[in-house]
Formats: sequence, C-alpha cells, structure tokens
Amino acid sequence: MKKQYQLVNLDCANCAAKMENAIKKLSGVNSASVNFITQRLILDAEDSHFDKIINEVIKLCKKIEPDCTIKI
Amino acid sequence: MSRKQKRTLIRIIISLFLFAAAYLANIFNTNERVRFFAFLIPYAIIGWDILWRAARNILHGQIFDENFLMAIATIGALTLREYPEAAAVMLFYQIGEWFQQYAIGKSRRSISELMNIRPDYANIEAENGLVQIDPYELNIGDTIVIKPGEKIPLDSVIIEGRSTLNTSALTGESVPKDVCAGDTLISGCVNMTGLLKAKVTKTFENSTVAKILDLVENSSSKKAHAENFITKFARYYTPLVVISAALIAVIPSLIFGEWSEWVQRALIFLVVSCPCALVISIPLSFFGGIGGASKHGILVKGGNYLETLANAEIIVFDKTGTLTKGNFIVTEINPAQISEKDLLELAALSESYSSHPISESLKEAYGKTIDTSRISDAEEIAGQGVRAVVDGKAVYTGNDKLMRSIGIQYNECRQNGTIVHVSVDNVYAGYIIISDEIKPDAIDAVKTLKQQGIRTVMLTGDRREAGEFTAKRLGIDEVHAELLPDDKVTEVEKLISTKSPRGKLAFVGDGINDAPVLACADIGIAMGGLGSDAAIEAADIVLMDDAPSKIALAMKISRKTLKIVKQNIVFALSIKFIILLLGALGMATMWEAVLGDVGVAFLAILNASRALKTKK
Repeated sequence: MKKQYQLVNLDCANCAAKMENAIKKLSGVNSASVNFITQRLILDAEDSHFDKIINEVIKLCKKIEPDCTIKI
Repeated sequence: MSRKQKRTLIRIIISLFLFAAAYLANIFNTNERVRFFAFLIPYAIIGWDILWRAARNILHGQIFDENFLMAIATIGALTLREYPEAAAVMLFYQIGEWFQQYAIGKSRRSISELMNIRPDYANIEAENGLVQIDPYELNIGDTIVIKPGEKIPLDSVIIEGRSTLNTSALTGESVPKDVCAGDTLISGCVNMTGLLKAKVTKTFENSTVAKILDLVENSSSKKAHAENFITKFARYYTPLVVISAALIAVIPSLIFGEWSEWVQRALIFLVVSCPCALVISIPLSFFGGIGGASKHGILVKGGNYLETLANAEIIVFDKTGTLTKGNFIVTEINPAQISEKDLLELAALSESYSSHPISESLKEAYGKTIDTSRISDAEEIAGQGVRAVVDGKAVYTGNDKLMRSIGIQYNECRQNGTIVHVSVDNVYAGYIIISDEIKPDAIDAVKTLKQQGIRTVMLTGDRREAGEFTAKRLGIDEVHAELLPDDKVTEVEKLISTKSPRGKLAFVGDGINDAPVLACADIGIAMGGLGSDAAIEAADIVLMDDAPSKIALAMKISRKTLKIVKQNIVFALSIKFIILLLGALGMATMWEAVLGDVGVAFLAILNASRALKTKK
C-alpha cells in the first residue's frame, strides 16, 4: 500500500534526509521518500501491518526531528 | 512570514540591541563578571532554543546535528572567555537561519503555486440547486456542472452546453479551445465562457489532473546522481569534520601547549561542519527545475531524467506526428496547359466519390462544395487512382502507374510527398503534390537544438525521398527512412553505440506506437500528453502539447538546472574548505565560520530558486 502524509514543520533538510534513510530501513517498508520542499512523506509498505509500520515511522520522526509532526 | 518567523525576528531585533548595549558597556567596563552577564543576556535570548534542542536531541541519540554543533561552539567560546564572540556567533547563526527559512518558504510557495491546478470541488445538481462536493467522491457516469471560470474537476464528456477552454495550466500555452456537446473535457483546464453539463468518464485518481500532480510530486523520489552524491557526502562530511575538530583541539595542544588557541580553531570547524547549504539547495534546484518545466507543459518524472536530458548528445525524432502534423495537405500544384485552379477542381471532382485520405485532402484544398451533377461514371482503380467523367470529359487522376497504364506521357518528378497526376481526354493536365505538413515551430526547434551542440536524427517509416526531403527542410543531420516499427528500436540501439560514453540519447515520439523505442532510449520524450494516458505512462518526459519547440525548452531548463546544481556544489564546498583551511591555520574567526555556514546556505538557496524560472 502506498500512502502520502503531510509533514508539518519540517524545517531542516538534513533531518528530512535522515528520516528518509531511517524509514527505509524499517522492516516491512518497500520504499519511502521524504520531500523537504513539498513537506511530504510517501510511504510504500506492506499492507498486513501498515498500521504498525506507520506508528514506528511516527516514533522515528519524533526522535530525529521533535518539532516535526506527521499529519494523519 | 509565518508566526514562528515573526517571533524569531522579534528575538533577533531585541538581542541585537542588547548585544550593542553590551558591546558599549564592554568598552567602559572591563570587569570580567559584568562583561560575562552583559553578553550572556543576548546570548540566552537568541540561543535558548538551540541549546534546548541540542540537549533534547542528544537524549534522542541524535548527535552531530546543527543545534548540537552550534551549542558546543558557543559554549566553547564562553569557556574561553570570548563572550562577544559567543553571543555574536549565536546571533549571526539565527539571522542566517531566519533568512534561510524565509527563502525556503518563498520557494515552497512558488512551487505550490505551480501546482495550483488541483480542483477543490465539483458541482452536482441536487434538489435545492447546485452543491459543491469533493471530486474524490464522484463515480464514473455521474453528472457534474462546470460554471464559467471554474476548473474542470474530472475527466468527462460534455452532455450539454458549449464553451471555450483554457488549457494553459496544463500545456503552458494559452490557446483557447472551443468545445461543445460530445467533446471530452480534460481535468485541470479552465472553463471560460459557458455553463457546461458533463458526464464523468474517469474517477478523480485516474483523471489527468491527479496524474500530473502525482507525477510532479513524486518526481523527487527519482533522485539525480548529484542528489544522491550530496546525501552520501553529507553522511560522511559532518562526522569527519567533527573528528578533525577533536584532533585539532587535542594533538597540537599536547605538543605545543596553548590549549585555548587550538580549541578555538577546533570550534571553527564545528561551525562549518553542517552540510545544510548542499542538502537543501540541490534537491531544491531539481525540484525547481521540474516545477518550472511543468509550468510550460513539460512533465519530468524525476530529477534523474532532468540530469540525463542535460547530458543529451543525440536527439532522435520520429517524423510523423512529432516533427510533422501527420495530416496530408496539398503543397504544390503544377498544371500543364490549364490553370492551377482548374487542375485542382478537376482532381477534386474526379476524386469526390473516393474516401481515400488523398481525395480528402484534395477536397479540402478545393474548399468549395462539390457539385455532384457534374460527375458521372466515377470508378476507382485499385492501387492507381480514379477514372471519372467530369463535365463530359474523361478524367484520370492517380499515380505514375495509372498514367503508364493509360499510355500518357507525364512529368516524372522526385519530390517529397504523394504525386497525383491528372489527364483530361487523354491529354496530360499536370500534377498535384500532397505532403505531410511540417509543424510551424519544428524548424526553429531543430535549429536551437543544433546550436546547443546536439546531433539530430530523424526516423521514419516513409519513403526515402519523403524522409530526406523533410529532413533537409528541417535541417536535421541524419535521416533513416523506410523503417518498420521494430527497425526503429535497432536503429536507436545502433545510434546509442555511436555516442560518447557520458553522452545520452533522447528519443522523441508521439507515445502511441513507439513505447518500445521510448523504453530503449536513455530518455524517452512523448508528445501530446494531453488526453493520452499511453504517452504519460510510456515516457520519462511528457510534453503536454505537441510543439517540438518544447524539446528545446526542456533542454534549456535541464541544462540551466544542472548548471545551478554544479555552481552550488562548487561554491558551497570551496567556501567551506577555505574556511576549514584558514581555521586550521588560525587565520579565520568564528564570524567567518558562521558566514560560511548559514550565509552560504542562504546564497545557495537563492541561487537554487532561479531554477524555477526559465524563459522560453
């Protein structure tokens, strides 16, 4: 399943790159792309535990850039 | 300006005043403690959030981020009793950051303006008049109403009404298009004059506008080499600079002593260790280039394609539908003994019963309604032409074979296009040439490309003479004619082997029958994307309308973008390395280091935002 999320207050490009790398390494994630300019996350992950994966993604983002939140 | 930016601006102004006051006090009062507190106040006002974030991020296991580096650098300065430096560096950093955020915000806004083709609502008829609903909720077969001035929300077919459409949001060209009942509507166009009622033919996700937006927004996931290089570089650069900073602080101090001097040099390293300038400006340049191109109706599916196009060395064109219009018109009338008008009239009348494309173009050139009472005994001669009696005279109209079979002497000519000979009562009356019309901007497009040093090649399934004639008129370097669809792939493969190792080959086609060729070229460009899903799917770059001049424009945009990317990489890296070098030698101060960090980032972003705007 492929979904798009808005990232609010994504103000640091380096963090965006770090987030993208970390999300890609999560198990069950097929591909991920964080666009600093449009402030969007495109996540392609396995359907069966998508909810679990998105929770992990939220936690990861909080860890890397606490000011930035994912709008769901 | 956002609220956050306003708040930071106020903090910057307050601390600037306090800093100036502290600086003045510093001149008259040399008491260590007074100096410390005088500078600590502006430092705290401007830097508390940096310190707080640094501490919080370390707890999250995120070391080596900007906040941490700035915190260490300024705290280091404080412990070395460089109070003015500590406060100034923090202040300077925040000013730079502020400008950087401002520039990013501006670019973000201009990009979202470019993508402002998304329709927000669709009108449907309900019991109490029109109701606006989310276009997502509509299904195929639903009826929508589009008022003048509104965007067409979904791909649909007109049931009622007539109007003029403005397609400029999609194609970049504001050529108005007249539509009436039965015509298809493409989402994203603007309805200008009349009220339209239409039946939805595609759901929102499958409508043109959603596809285009999806394509442009997702383009950032296909990263260019330059972008990947920067991301990788950033991953090693920061740790490497921080480690060198640690080494500079410790090793020379152990040998020569003078700890404070070496620590100060190390702090300079920390300040320039953030790769921000590159990490922001490179993707921004690519995205700006892609966004700017989409404004002209050129859709680029990824930064990598923009990069490839900029390195194109050979551009291969399909002929029909790409460089020529693909419609056949009368281009030349060469009468013998009779007038041009009479020759055309005879040809058009005698061919009037035929439905062959050639007779269609003759009738179109004739332009008047055909008086069928003047024609009798019309008969088609397969593969040769027609025979008919016009105004009581026996007229034969057809090719060389027909003339030979009836034993008429004709002018043999080797020219572009299809030749139609006419004979009247066994006397040769002349010939008419019908050929494919070259697109008005094709000649200029080829010229511009050649000026950019590109080798142009044309492939066609047409006869050799026709192909060579068109190529000569367009100024194309090379032509390969009489090719079957499969031959085109072989030909492109052959051409790929002749280019230089770093050069690329681009193929331009109409995207209908040339999917295999589009796929085998380094980069496939399809034309006439408006309303053609096949073209949008098959190509790497899609030209929404079918103007060849857009290829030259796409080329210009891609080269400009790549130039900006290179400028930014060279500029940012060389400034950083110079400051690192000067810092290590003790010749740079913290001030220069901060300038090298945020100042460079700010300038790089400004430079990147140029990619958004390329004029035709």
